[in-house]
Amino acid sequence: MTISHAEAQRREEELRTPGEGKSQTLYPLFELTAMRIREFLREKEAVFWVFIFPVLMTFALGIAFRNTVPDKALVAVEGSTTDSRVNEIANVLSAAPEVQATVLNPNEAAQALRSGKVSMVVKPQNDSFEYHFDPTRPESRSARLLVDDVLQRGKGRTDVVKVGEQRITEPGARYVDFLVPGLIGMNLMGSGLWGLGFTVVIARSRKILKRFAATPMRRSHYLFSFMLSRLLFLVLEVAAIVVFAWLAFDFTVRGSWVTVFLITILGGFTFSGLGLLVAARPTTIEGVSGLMNFIMLPMWLLSGTFFSSERFPQVLQPFIKALPLTALNTSLRAVMNEGATLSSNWLPITILLTWCVVSFIVALRIFKWQ
Amino acid sequence: MSTQTPSATRTARGVALRCSGLVKRFADVTAVDGLDLEVFVGECFGLLGPNGAGKTTTVEILEGLTAADEGRVELLGQHWYTANDRALRERIGVQLQETQLAEKVTVAETVRLFRSFYQRGHDVDEVIQTVALEEKRNARVGKLSGGQKQRLAVACALVSDPELLFLDEPTTGLDPQARLSLWDIIEKFRERGGTILLTTHYMEEATRLCDRVAIMDHGKMIALGTPAELIESLGADQIIEFSVTNGLADEALTSLPAVNHLHRRGEVYALTVAEIAVALPALLAEIKRQQSELVTLTTHQATLEDVFVSLTGRMLRDS
Repeated sequence: MTISHAEAQRREEELRTPGEGKSQTLYPLFELTAMRIREFLREKEAVFWVFIFPVLMTFALGIAFRNTVPDKALVAVEGSTTDSRVNEIANVLSAAPEVQATVLNPNEAAQALRSGKVSMVVKPQNDSFEYHFDPTRPESRSARLLVDDVLQRGKGRTDVVKVGEQRITEPGARYVDFLVPGLIGMNLMGSGLWGLGFTVVIARSRKILKRFAATPMRRSHYLFSFMLSRLLFLVLEVAAIVVFAWLAFDFTVRGSWVTVFLITILGGFTFSGLGLLVAARPTTIEGVSGLMNFIMLPMWLLSGTFFSSERFPQVLQPFIKALPLTALNTSLRAVMNEGATLSSNWLPITILLTWCVVSFIVALRIFKWQ
Repeated sequence: MSTQTPSATRTARGVALRCSGLVKRFADVTAVDGLDLEVFVGECFGLLGPNGAGKTTTVEILEGLTAADEGRVELLGQHWYTANDRALRERIGVQLQETQLAEKVTVAETVRLFRSFYQRGHDVDEVIQTVALEEKRNARVGKLSGGQKQRLAVACALVSDPELLFLDEPTTGLDPQARLSLWDIIEKFRERGGTILLTTHYMEEATRLCDRVAIMDHGKMIALGTPAELIESLGADQIIEFSVTNGLADEALTSLPAVNHLHRRGEVYALTVAEIAVALPALLAEIKRQQSELVTLTTHQATLEDVFVSLTGRMLRDS
């Protein structure tokens, strides 16, 4: 009825003013998505945080925690440089391939131990040694073992059983291999939440949402345009980190690329859903920022981006495992580092799917257009 | 209203918009308090009133953006909140008072986006030309002046070639030049047969653009008619405003010949007079008789502002 009326009028108008009323066909979903992409690319700071920053972070952390030939254990021998017995002890220690010893007076030695310049101090007694070290520091504990072994052998201890060794350092087990999936996870969380949350709330506070609501635009198109633009950027984001890690650190993906891609998309959509959820109602940037920090902070801390979340107390583990970022990091690591398949990751993937579906449904229910 | 008004002839062309008994309450205020309106096809109808009169709330109810607590809205023969909402939105154009369009995108990109929402409408470049933004076609929205931004907002409302155009304070905050160019755009739309509902608190805007004006105050309509009818209803065509050294007795002033109405605002007296040639000498004589002296004296043609003042006792812009 209405349509036919409008249609009749359109024809009437075309007769009156030829050329008007008909027009190029434009696709709202395409135009909305293009708008998202333009707005993002023209925001230089956003481009930096999404693409450049994670690469810099991979680089910095990869360098800081690179696995080279293990550094020598740095040890101080307490005493005077003129004391021949003290010097001899230092020489015996330094002769061992994994120890580097220096002679320091008691004050210097204590200072060096405190500040971490040496891992332990050997204090020669009359006929024995005293080890000073901090047992909570792993490098101090290993220094103690090395030093003790060298000194005992120097005094004549012999091995009771012969052992052989084979050294293995292969890609996949290094810190950078652990780090890359975590950084991808963290980045997907950040860009999903910030990207969607901020854009929607800004559009609401500037009354653009209300203006759109006054057009025949399908509301699902508006929300879906975020998914599509996220999909595009997500591929680029992940590629930036992975390619960089491959070039700089010889990072390799052990599992299938398809699996990595699927998990990344699921992760990206999950955090987009959460972004939509936090942006569903707030009308100010301050309001949505608070909500986003509330959601992201626990995951930054607990979800095992920089170190394994297994280190947290046992009572917290069920809660930590239920967080979407933990699920994403766990499944990405399993696929990238261990070559796991989708089905062997069913638990974290189910957790992600649940977050994704629930946050979208709730967000759409409570979403405010004005 | 007399049967000779232009509105009477327009009735034959049909009603574009009708609302009755509209009520909208917010927590502490009743923004719209039982409003009835009728806008005819092809007319430019103005809602005139001070800030807070309920104009924007009314318009947003009519646009289907805000639900009324009570009352009925009929728009182009349809009602809101039915399965036909999207079809109805195809036929209206909306400019909201506070929309700030995205700044990083260009004029053409913005219009193109809005065009994509509609089944039919004008070409993007055609609309940009209509609002005289050809030179700014590829400029980012953030770089536009206030007037250009407002023309862009109107372009987004016009791009669907709507039958009914809503403009909420389209020229507020603009300089006179920018205001004039926007008025041109609005007049062109009307000349092509479009219907317009516009809100404003500028009486000269209402006088120039509107066929009929409803004056709103505190959510109610307090007067309705053509601008000429409303001014005529003051029973006068001139206003004398003056102040004197010593206060004058009100009765002495209202009983002067040709004086219809007296209104006092602080020190200033405003007399509504039918024939200034009769009233002015009488007033000067009266001031002398009461042994007072003139401090200031101005006269002007009665305007819609004077209508508002005589109805509410307040100025349009300071309330």
